[in-house]
Amino acid sequence: MNGFHLLTLLTVLPMVGAALALVAGKHARAVALITTFASLALALLVWIRLPINGSIGLVEQHTWAPSLGIEYHLGVDALGALMLVLAAIVTLMSVDAAHRVHHQPGLYFALVLMLEAGLFGSFTALNFFHWFLFWELCLIPAFFLIKLWGGERRGPASTQFFIYTMAGSAALLVAFLAIFVSTNSMDFPHLTLLASTGELEQMVAVHLGQTVIIWLAIGVLAGFAVKVPMFPFHTWLPAAYAEAPSPVTMLLTGAMSKMGVYGLLRIALPLFGHQIAQIRTPLLVLAVATVVMGAWAAAAQKDLKRVFAYMSVNHLGYCLLGIFALAVPAAATGTDTAAVASQSAALNGVILQMFNHGITAAALFWFVAMLQQRTGGHRGIDQFGGLRKPAPVLAGLMGIALFSSLGLPGLNGFPGEFLIFRGAFPLAWVAATVSILGLLVTAVVILTVIQKVFTGPLPEHCANFPDLHQGERMALAPVIGLMFLVGILPQLITTSVNPTVINLLAHWRF
Amino acid sequence: MFSILHPNSVSLLAWTIYLSFAGALVLALVPGRKPALARWLALAVAVTGLALAVQGFVAGMGQGRVTLVDLRWVPSMGIRFLLAADGISRVLVLLTGLVAVAGVLFSWNIKLRTNEFFAFFLALIGAVYGVFLSFDLFLLFVFYEIAIVPKYFLIAIWGSTRREYAAMKLVIYSFAGSAMVLIGLLAAFTTAGSHTTGLVELAHAGLPVSFQMWCFPLVFTGFAILAGMWPFHTWAPTGHVAAPTAVSMLLAGVVMKLGAYGCLRVGIALFPRGLDPWGFSLIGIGSWRDVFAALAIIGIVYGALVALAQTDFKFVIGYSSVSHMGFVLLGLMTLNQIGVTGAVLQMFSHGIIAGLLFAIVGRIVYDRTHTRQLAELETMHLSRRLPFAAWAFVVAGMASIGMPGFSGFVAEFQVLVGAWNVNHWWVLAAGIGIVVGVAYTWRAMQKAFFSDLLPSAHVLEQEHGQHFGAITWPEVTGVALLAGVSLAVGVWPRILLDTIEPAVKTLLEGGVQ
Repeated sequence: MNGFHLLTLLTVLPMVGAALALVAGKHARAVALITTFASLALALLVWIRLPINGSIGLVEQHTWAPSLGIEYHLGVDALGALMLVLAAIVTLMSVDAAHRVHHQPGLYFALVLMLEAGLFGSFTALNFFHWFLFWELCLIPAFFLIKLWGGERRGPASTQFFIYTMAGSAALLVAFLAIFVSTNSMDFPHLTLLASTGELEQMVAVHLGQTVIIWLAIGVLAGFAVKVPMFPFHTWLPAAYAEAPSPVTMLLTGAMSKMGVYGLLRIALPLFGHQIAQIRTPLLVLAVATVVMGAWAAAAQKDLKRVFAYMSVNHLGYCLLGIFALAVPAAATGTDTAAVASQSAALNGVILQMFNHGITAAALFWFVAMLQQRTGGHRGIDQFGGLRKPAPVLAGLMGIALFSSLGLPGLNGFPGEFLIFRGAFPLAWVAATVSILGLLVTAVVILTVIQKVFTGPLPEHCANFPDLHQGERMALAPVIGLMFLVGILPQLITTSVNPTVINLLAHWRF
Repeated sequence: MFSILHPNSVSLLAWTIYLSFAGALVLALVPGRKPALARWLALAVAVTGLALAVQGFVAGMGQGRVTLVDLRWVPSMGIRFLLAADGISRVLVLLTGLVAVAGVLFSWNIKLRTNEFFAFFLALIGAVYGVFLSFDLFLLFVFYEIAIVPKYFLIAIWGSTRREYAAMKLVIYSFAGSAMVLIGLLAAFTTAGSHTTGLVELAHAGLPVSFQMWCFPLVFTGFAILAGMWPFHTWAPTGHVAAPTAVSMLLAGVVMKLGAYGCLRVGIALFPRGLDPWGFSLIGIGSWRDVFAALAIIGIVYGALVALAQTDFKFVIGYSSVSHMGFVLLGLMTLNQIGVTGAVLQMFSHGIIAGLLFAIVGRIVYDRTHTRQLAELETMHLSRRLPFAAWAFVVAGMASIGMPGFSGFVAEFQVLVGAWNVNHWWVLAAGIGIVVGVAYTWRAMQKAFFSDLLPSAHVLEQEHGQHFGAITWPEVTGVALLAGVSLAVGVWPRILLDTIEPAVKTLLEGGVQ
């Protein structure tokens, strides 16, 4: 217990900001900037105040509707806190990038801030109802941000986005209805405990039948797979990412996609680790398909936003690879310490990758937004060229972000991917080997982008291409700095994350 | 004698009835030349009624059934003027108060025979209060019948699309249902032979099982007609569409709840053994409980599918009511604590949300666009021209599809949990209804407010030429009231559950024994 209610404060703050933004009219962006700055400060405070033993801290618990198993139960460990920091950074970047919203700015920034509140709520909730409330709360603003401010084909894109995520939510809801009926609880830590002793499985078997739990596991996995997204549930993503205004795409890929991975780690593995271990092989196949397909599809795109959209699919595929690789059936590992070390390496890698991909992908879409602004909306790869000359700073910084995305050592993309492969290779060497193909293809894609955009002849419409102005440099500098910082000193994150990883693995039963 | 002197402050609830009827009487006598006076008078009565309802609800927290008034009426037959309130009554009275206030607010622009309109309106409200507070079966039936008359006139005089047909259909269905209920009640009085018509006494009269077996379906169906149970639901969409906005709000918001309330308070509480298994089963149906659960589920799915195919915006909402009321009936048929609690909460929740939806569609949008055809609304770009209506509908729509954080989620979740404990297939079937519910709400929202169609030059010209009237304060207040309540209950469901749960427990235990 903690009298300060830091997490509640963090969640409520953007909601208040949203209400203010709605009435602020022209000054909505200023309100949003102040709110997101304050949120980031609070999120960092949460990160600092984490318990050092990796357990869940800053807990707030109150009764809510006991007959339904609904509690107000909040808390974070390093995983949750890192996601809070990421969400706060990405939202700040997004607000920063969105300085040309002419159409209903009040509503736009209010929706962005509601989305941030939804992210904070879902990363801190420890009760299904509470979590689901905020999970859905993210969906509505995202839908309207695409629908109202999106590109030409925003109608179908937002529709597809809405239908897919709603279907995923329905699967989650049904699964938790079944869990509640069997256990009379919707509390994540309590259910995790039940699952770790095998009681959850028995209870579901008694109440619903022997084979039901595997279907529940599949339902929950499907719900998260849509959000991540995992092949073959990814088809909504390219259209949504391409049609959304770039600052919104930053939020979608930087923060919202992490809700899916987070859900796998906080809900799916703790509750259904044993079942996931049983269907590990097909899941690994899908993870590898996500990696490889994402990379190949990125290579085939002509639109920069679609290139980066598919690269996001590819990068999150590594998270899936790490997660499913570490779900080794208990019988296979026993008390083998080497296997445990691999598992914890993979999990550390997954969590790092979540953070790094969020920062890097958001930065990339930010650069696309800048390219679009400067050329009147162009974003085809072949429509650019030779930008290195007129805009050396932009080219340099975007190059850094691209190399970070590629996973160059010394930048933030590297440690996460390295740890994932380091952990996954001993546990699932075939999957890991095939996935390395994905790495090669992404390298080709990224180098192609660099070549086509920055080198070669300068097209006519880029003749007066301005470089980054002072404000943009100031805004980008901390982000690029962060890429180097995490790349060189990943222990800034891993020292806090590692105890949580050990703690999580200790409670998972495969 | 006068309940206001009664020591228990819950007993002020009885004044909701007297006050509404008195208001109706006064309004009928007010000269018709002063519509503003009639409006404000009606608002004052409705707000006072709501204040009394809130006061009774708050004072009644933690209490069981409280007797409000108990007078002998027809001693030879044991009929009493017995008003009482348990948790279920208090919650539904609160609902009635809220919808009544909102209904007056959304009738602010009624120009035709304003005073008569509000007189009928308050009479209907008074009768509804009466049904929810009657603990004498005969008295309950009297109020139930009184409610039919103002409904007819409100639709027939102030209605729109095919109003005479719709009003007549509504009355015929209502009377048919009442006739079934009446036969059941008379038979119950005779069989019990205890010279009382008190609900509590009858529940303990030990009616023979064979009698309950035929009387239960009769009475339950009679009431369920008004609750919009498939296949007797057809009065509901036509009635809702033809009725003026405030009356649609009342019909969907509280009148359908009268039916569901009767199903619970009379059908289930008096004839619980009527739900016992028959001892044989046909295609998986082995009791009246299975029959009515099946009809409820068909209603949920059928209502949703038909709503998906509508071209008239108001019909979408009309059929959605059939679907959502199916959840109430399904919850009742679970006969377990959580399912029946969910049913009662769903009555409240749907009352608020349906009221809000009808207000937006029938008043805020229709009175400005003069069309309810989705195909025409699609060309009007209402999200730009009527942003208040668009965003109000987004909120109402989210509440309606059962988005967590709104009252509908908690209610439907409870019904589903209760149903799951009885029969998994019920849940799976009802789940289809929820998915379709998302689809039709979303389709209506897209078409009516957020269409992607580019406007034709003609329409653009019109848009520049004429602006829609500004949103008025009664509309803003009404939307804020209803949306706020749904949100408050969704975020803090215990505010109602703490009152509903003990009452449901008593009712189920009293019945099952």
